[in-house]
Amino acid sequence: MNLYGIRAIYKFEMARMKRTVMQSVLSPVISTCLYFVVFGSAIGSRMGDIDNISYGAYIIPGLVMLSLLMQSISNASFGIYMPKFSGTIYEVLSAPVSYVEVVIGYVGAAASKSVILGLIILATARLFVDYTVLHPFWMLSFLVLTAVTFSLFGFIIGIWADGFEKLQIVPMMIVTPLVFLGGTFYSIDMLPEIWQTISLFNPVVYLISGFRWAFYGVSDVHVGISVAMTMFFLALCMTTVWWIFKTGYRLRS
Amino acid sequence: MQPDISVRHLNKTYGDGFQALKNINLEIERGEIFALLGPNGAGKTTLISIICGIVNLSSGEVKAAGYDIVKDYRKARETIGLVPQELNTDSFETVWDAVSFSRGLFGKAPNPTHIEKVLKALSLWDKRNNRIMSLSGGMKRRVMIAKALSHEPQILFLDEPTAGVDVELRRDMWEMVRKLRESGVTIILTTHYIEEAEEMADRIGVIRQGEIILVEDKAQLMTKLGKKELRLQLQQKLDQVPGELTLEPVELANDGWELIFTFDSQQEQAGVARLLRTLGDLGIEYRDLQTRESSLEEIFVGLVHE
Repeated sequence: MNLYGIRAIYKFEMARMKRTVMQSVLSPVISTCLYFVVFGSAIGSRMGDIDNISYGAYIIPGLVMLSLLMQSISNASFGIYMPKFSGTIYEVLSAPVSYVEVVIGYVGAAASKSVILGLIILATARLFVDYTVLHPFWMLSFLVLTAVTFSLFGFIIGIWADGFEKLQIVPMMIVTPLVFLGGTFYSIDMLPEIWQTISLFNPVVYLISGFRWAFYGVSDVHVGISVAMTMFFLALCMTTVWWIFKTGYRLRS
Repeated sequence: MQPDISVRHLNKTYGDGFQALKNINLEIERGEIFALLGPNGAGKTTLISIICGIVNLSSGEVKAAGYDIVKDYRKARETIGLVPQELNTDSFETVWDAVSFSRGLFGKAPNPTHIEKVLKALSLWDKRNNRIMSLSGGMKRRVMIAKALSHEPQILFLDEPTAGVDVELRRDMWEMVRKLRESGVTIILTTHYIEEAEEMADRIGVIRQGEIILVEDKAQLMTKLGKKELRLQLQQKLDQVPGELTLEPVELANDGWELIFTFDSQQEQAGVARLLRTLGDLGIEYRDLQTRESSLEEIFVGLVHE
C-alpha cells in the first residue's frame, strides 16, 4: 500500500478546499441559510407540522442532504477532471499507486470536505431552528456513507466528462431535480398515490428518508431499506470505478 | 549486469487502429545517456509513455530496473522519473508543494533536505513559495524536472526537454544531466536538437514509423555512417574536373577555385593519397586543404529519408 501516495493526493485536494473556501464552504452555507429563512421561518411559520415536527425542523435533513450530494459530486468530479484538463494526470498515471489508492485519495478528500460542510450546515441550522438528533450514530453514518457514495459518483462523472459543460450537466439536470422531488421539502405521504409510487424510483428518497429518521425517528420508507439502497448505490459506483480503471476508460489509451 | 530498460517485441496499436510501435526491441544499460531520435510522429513519445505506465502496451514485454512494468508496476515505476514534453503544470500550488506532492505520490517519505537540494540545483529555491502560474515558461519547465527528480529516480526520461527553452536553461539542463549521470542515473532523452544528442549521448537510437531502425554507439555511428570530405583551395581556377579525376567522387565549387573530394570515413584513406598524387602529376597546385566529418544531423536526415 502506497500510504504516502494516498496522503499526497488527499492533502493536495484538501489544500484546494482551503484555497476555495468561499466557493466550497461559504456559498453552500449561505444558500442553505436562505432556504431556512424562506422555507423555515417565513413560509414554515404558516405551515402545519409534519409528523409532529415543525416544518423548519422537518426540512433540515433534506437541506443537509441537498448540499451534501451537490458538493460531493462537484468536489470529486472537479478534483479528477482538473488534472485531466491541465494534463497533470500524467503524474498520477505514471506513479506507483494502484487505482484503489487513487480513489481513496480523491474520493476520500471529496467526501471529507462534504462531511465537514454538512456538519457546518447543521451547526448553522441551529441558529434558525431547534432540532434534535435521536440517533447520532446513524446520523453520522448516513452522512459519511452518502458523502462517500456521491463522491464516487462525482469521480465517475469527472472521468467521463470531456468538457466543463458535461461536468455541470449531471448535477444540475439530474441530481437537483431528484433532490427536490425526493422529499426534501415534504413527506412522500403528502403526494397523490401515483406520485408516491413514482417517487420510490428516486434513489434520493431513500437517502433523505433514512437521514430524517436518524434525526426524528420518522421516515417515509423503512430505515433498513434506506441503508440497503444506499449500500446498493455505493456498490454500483464502486463497480463502475473498478471497470474504469480496468479498461483505462478515458484515462489510459 | 542487467539492463535498466529492457523492451522486447513491443507493439502498440491505438484504439483507432493506428499502429504506433512495431516490434520494438531495445536495451538501455545502467548509467548511460541514451538519445532517441526520430521525426515527429515516429513513436518516441508513445514508447516513453508505455515504459512510464501512461499508455497501455498491446503486446510484448517491458522491464524497468529489472521489474516488469505490468506485473511489478509499483517497483518499476518507483525507479522512474518522467519529464513530459508538454508543459503540464498545476497553477495554484506553490513550487514547494507541487514538488513535495510528487515525492509523496511516488511513495517516498517526506524529505525536505532532498527537495531543497533539487530546487537549488534547478535555481528554483528563490521561487519555492511562488505559485506555479506566476512563473515563466522556462521556470515551469524547471518545476517539471524538479518533480521528476523529487523521488530520486534511478531512470530519468526527458521527452524533448529543451524544446522552446532559452540558451541558459538549456546549458543548465545539460549540466544537470551530466551530474545525474555521474551519480549513476540512467537517462533516456528525445530531442530535436541533434547537436545535443551528439554532445551528450553515449548511444543513439533512431525510430522511424514505429520501428527502431538503428541503435548504435554514438562514436561508432559517426564513423560508420559519417561521410568525410576533403576541400582543396586551388592556386588556379579550374573550368572543369580534369579527365583523370572523373571516376573519383570529386566536384568543383566556389567557381572552380575549390575541389571537394567526398569519401567514407570507414574506408582506408588511400583515396586521399591517390587524389593528391594525381593532382601533383597534373600540376594542379593548392593553397590550403581541410577535412571535415559530417555531423550527426546530416547522418540522421540521411537515415530517416532512406
